[in-house]
Amino acid sequence: MGIRFILMVNKQGQTRLAQYYEWLTLEERRALEGEIVRKCLARNEQQCSFVEHRNYKIVYRRYASLFFLVGVDNDENELAILEFIHLLVETMDRHFGNVCELDIMFHLEKAHFMLEEMVMNGSIVETSKANILSPIQLMDKAS
Amino acid sequence: MGSQGGFYQSKEFLDLVKSIGEARSKAEEDRIVLSEIETLKRRISEPDTPKRKMKEYIIRLVYVEMLGHDASFGYIHAVKMTHDDSLLVKRTGYLAVTLFLNEDHDLIILIVNTIQKDLKSDNYLVVCVALNAVCKLINEETIPAVLPQIVELLAHPKEAVRKKAIMALHRFYQKSPSSVSHLVSNFRKRLCDNDPGVMGATLCPLFDLITNDVNSYKDLVISFVSILKQVAERRLPKAYDYHQMPAPFIQIKLLKILALLGSGDKQASEIMYTVVGDIFRKCDSSSNIGNAVLYECICCVSSIYPNPKLLASAADAISRFLKSDSHNLKYMGIDALGRLIKISPEIAEQHQLAVIDCLEDPDDTLKRKTFELLYKMTKSTNVEVIVDRMIDYMISINDNHYKTEIASRCVELAEQFAPSNQWFIQTMNKVFEHAGDLVNIKVAHNLMRLIAEGFGEDDNTADSQLRSSAVESYLYILGEPKLPSVFLQVICWVLGEYGTADGKYSASYITGKLCDVAEAYSNDETVKAYAVTALMKIYAFEIAAGRMVDMLPECHSLMEEFLASHSTDLQHRAYELQAVIGLDAHAVESIMPSDASCEDIEVDKALSFLNGYIQESIEKGAQPYIPESERSGMLNISNFRNQDHHEASSHGLRFEAYELPKQTVQARIPPASLASTELVPVPEPVYPRESYQTTTVPSVSSDAASTELKLRLDGVQKKWGRQTHFPSTSTSNSTSQKTVNGITQVDGSNTANSRTRETYDSGKQVEISPEKQKLAASLFGGPSKTEKKSATGHKSSKPSSHMVKSHAPKSSMEVASEKTSPVQQPPDLLDFGEPTVKSTAPSPDPFKDLEGLLEPTTQVSSAVNHSSTAAVTKPPDIMGLYTETPAGAHHKDSDILSGLSNSPMTNMVGGTTTMQVAQSSKSPNLKDSLEKDALVRQMGVTPSSQNPNLFKDLLGDCGINLIQPPRMGFNSQILTASSFLSNPLTNGATDHIPVITTLHGSIKVGTALDTVGQLVEEQCLDPFFSDKTNVMDAVHNLSTAKKAEIQYLRNLLERAEEQNRLIQAQVELHKNKEVTGMKDVEAGPGEICITKLVLRRM
Repeated sequence: MGIRFILMVNKQGQTRLAQYYEWLTLEERRALEGEIVRKCLARNEQQCSFVEHRNYKIVYRRYASLFFLVGVDNDENELAILEFIHLLVETMDRHFGNVCELDIMFHLEKAHFMLEEMVMNGSIVETSKANILSPIQLMDKAS
Repeated sequence: MGSQGGFYQSKEFLDLVKSIGEARSKAEEDRIVLSEIETLKRRISEPDTPKRKMKEYIIRLVYVEMLGHDASFGYIHAVKMTHDDSLLVKRTGYLAVTLFLNEDHDLIILIVNTIQKDLKSDNYLVVCVALNAVCKLINEETIPAVLPQIVELLAHPKEAVRKKAIMALHRFYQKSPSSVSHLVSNFRKRLCDNDPGVMGATLCPLFDLITNDVNSYKDLVISFVSILKQVAERRLPKAYDYHQMPAPFIQIKLLKILALLGSGDKQASEIMYTVVGDIFRKCDSSSNIGNAVLYECICCVSSIYPNPKLLASAADAISRFLKSDSHNLKYMGIDALGRLIKISPEIAEQHQLAVIDCLEDPDDTLKRKTFELLYKMTKSTNVEVIVDRMIDYMISINDNHYKTEIASRCVELAEQFAPSNQWFIQTMNKVFEHAGDLVNIKVAHNLMRLIAEGFGEDDNTADSQLRSSAVESYLYILGEPKLPSVFLQVICWVLGEYGTADGKYSASYITGKLCDVAEAYSNDETVKAYAVTALMKIYAFEIAAGRMVDMLPECHSLMEEFLASHSTDLQHRAYELQAVIGLDAHAVESIMPSDASCEDIEVDKALSFLNGYIQESIEKGAQPYIPESERSGMLNISNFRNQDHHEASSHGLRFEAYELPKQTVQARIPPASLASTELVPVPEPVYPRESYQTTTVPSVSSDAASTELKLRLDGVQKKWGRQTHFPSTSTSNSTSQKTVNGITQVDGSNTANSRTRETYDSGKQVEISPEKQKLAASLFGGPSKTEKKSATGHKSSKPSSHMVKSHAPKSSMEVASEKTSPVQQPPDLLDFGEPTVKSTAPSPDPFKDLEGLLEPTTQVSSAVNHSSTAAVTKPPDIMGLYTETPAGAHHKDSDILSGLSNSPMTNMVGGTTTMQVAQSSKSPNLKDSLEKDALVRQMGVTPSSQNPNLFKDLLGDCGINLIQPPRMGFNSQILTASSFLSNPLTNGATDHIPVITTLHGSIKVGTALDTVGQLVEEQCLDPFFSDKTNVMDAVHNLSTAKKAEIQYLRNLLERAEEQNRLIQAQVELHKNKEVTGMKDVEAGPGEICITKLVLRRM
């Protein structure tokens, strides 16, 4: 399965984007997000970007006010996930131009579309920025 | 595009997002969302909402759910939006639906139609959008609705569509592997797709497929290697580069796949060496992504067949990781080290200081990872330091999840490497004291078993020393104010069994302590139950030793309380205690033998001793007993549908298919068996599933042979038992399989790196604090004599120079013993009809049955075979396995042959033992429990013609027993009836025979069996976890009759001893009265007694 969920949370702990690759109920999501956000936000820069939580490993990375958290299985390559987060940010950067928290908030669906192109069934399927963005750009043009 | 939103966003939406963004607290955010919900509820169902507006509403709904509130009122609008013509609106609709609904939601059915339509669209973007939705929304039932279209799309001219179609199939494979099993060739084909994106995506399903079945994809090794080579040589489009690395994510996926394919396979591994070596060289270790690929290389190298050069590169990379300042890299380094030390244990030494630094790092993640590493490198020389550290850490953390994990690791290591009994007991005490409520109850049972059985050597003094020290430490610990329940149970049990064994403490002292426990923890019924039983044991031992029993006043008052307890379990135990105290020394000794907790108690669950009586009754014209389940079936015998329905309903939660056993069973009924169904003429067509059980009843108790031998029967039984037994099989198999891999690797490296470094560079440690040095020395220092048990297993299978080969005998042994085991069975066991024929020229039929059973074994052996001889292409090919393995195992030939020709048991036992050593399961208790399980199954194996269904259920219930302590309340059963019931003659208690006969007279066997069957069935719904509470519930059902029953039994016992003759006469009387006893009769005391036998065992 690999990736179980991808979260974007700001430094106040408010969820800005949530995508789950396994079904959790609303309550479960709420509880999980609360727990891991508390755990990750309490860590400092020197500590490693990986946190174990229950049977997940959380790989997280901070960009300005926004935290990107990816929950993965135990046998996933954490460093690669860390770089995957960066790739996602680079991709959003290319699309929005100097992406910030508000871009994601105002264009929540776009951010989701990008994720849809990059990750399917919890696996990374596309890493070429051109391939990720072209359907979204075509859609923008059409409408 | 600025952050102020696009052209089409309304002010309302902008305000909402802004206010959410500016919310300073969760409460404020909740207020905003709640008012938003109100607005949306009103607006969203207004007619004629423009599309743009609707899209915005839906996104606002997404916000509502994302922030943790229910937006189900709007789901239907999201579903409606998927019909829209505009791509953007449609995609937003699909997105919302995938975020809102799980695949089992009622609305999904409305979407399937839309998806089907969109998959046919001319616009490939629409198709892509639909395929995205397919991956999220299609469940097992709806797969067939879209599958043909998706297969067509695999050949779509647009690569984006092909990629998503492959991923849709991947999803179906995850959901239901059988749905796409015929399409696997498509995955192979897409691997060669012109588009690198499609190829990269195809790696995902292939990775899953290969994980599940390595051998079928060995032919792809060359393809994967050449793809990896091309990727590493930058043949892919630049777009896939990431930070100057060529397609690193594809490289990582490929390395993962190669690690799987090369594991334990020298031939395949050799193909990979060059490319992996290249990547090692090319990787840029200054970037994160380069290190990610390097790490994956290390994982690959430590998984495939070892190569000294690659191992050296891996070790280099690890030391670079560990020396880095980045915590992330250190973490990866520790993890990689944990993988590599399995192959070359000596590399840990050069990194000892780095490891200790990580252990003492304030970063919890790093610390945990390091504990994981330490756990992997524990050996008898450093176990004390490591476990002590682990316990200290365990005490310091609050995270229950991890606390549980680390506690069970401590227990495992302590059991495996304990240097002394003293230390072991102390360690266990600490674990229980601080994490007692978190550790699995099995751990407690293991501890009890360990104390009871000793450490395995035939050294009685050591065992009794262990027990004395345990008793002593427990008496001390009881002074603590609050102890976890599980720990108290262990304490009570040990005090009961061994409190007075060494004569150091008087019975009154121990009983006083036990009474204190029962009083102090008066709201914990389990503890109280353990305490009462312990009291009973102490008194029984006293009586048996001929000493006067003087009950303490507090004990008296406790008993009075329990005799009137609401808990029937407690009440029952209290009555038992009362009964035991009233008996004479001789009787007490036979029901409560001292230090006999390890002796197996056999319970004749088939009640075979009643056969004669039943036969007699039937001859006298009584109705034969028909199980309840069949009784109703008889009425509907003409209506099969009805019958099926009945079957389904009576088995409640079971969903597994019964088809397979049905067929084989029907095929395997020899006609002769019908003649032997003397007791109950089961109407044949009614229950084909059961008919194989219909045989005469051999006596179980007679074949109480060695447990090792019976272990082999284990597998055979499971095949017939219900699906629910499988967990135990699969765990055992998987463990052994893992070890096989481990061993294979160990072997290779031992030849490669056999020199063990005894000293290490001391110059390096100049500025290191002495404490750290000391820790380092205790962790790493000292020649490592005992490695993990896998290494021991390796040593024990000496005759083989080549590890791969040495495992062939194991699997063949399994086959052999499974084949021979029927021979040990009573000849009239139908399951194994014509055993002699089988051992020489096996008929195809039984082997077909073995297939399912042996699958895990086959995996092991075929993996093994692959490198030694030609690969066994189809894993379940038992015949192939069978013919092939002996060839690969010359040195074991004698054993196998003797096993095959069913010659003396000793040979077999020898063979099995070797095998067990080779198996070297991590925890010895797993093995133990398997043996026990097997034994219990063996006991239960007596086919009963009365109720085959019940019989199977009983088998299921036996499975539960293995997690129970050796003797907890077992003796009480005996007290009640079982020892007399099950084995009257061999018990030597001749004066009790009349009692039994009386019991026979009064037992309404029919209803009793029904009740047993019903209860056991209830238990079986949850076979592995049905613990005390379940049982107590069941017991509770019988509470009203219980008191009377105990009284009744006591009367019987007394009368038996005093009025032998009189009872004899009564027996005759009873018999005459109860000729029709096999009919349905109302519940009476006698049957509860039997029911309880089953219950109490659990």
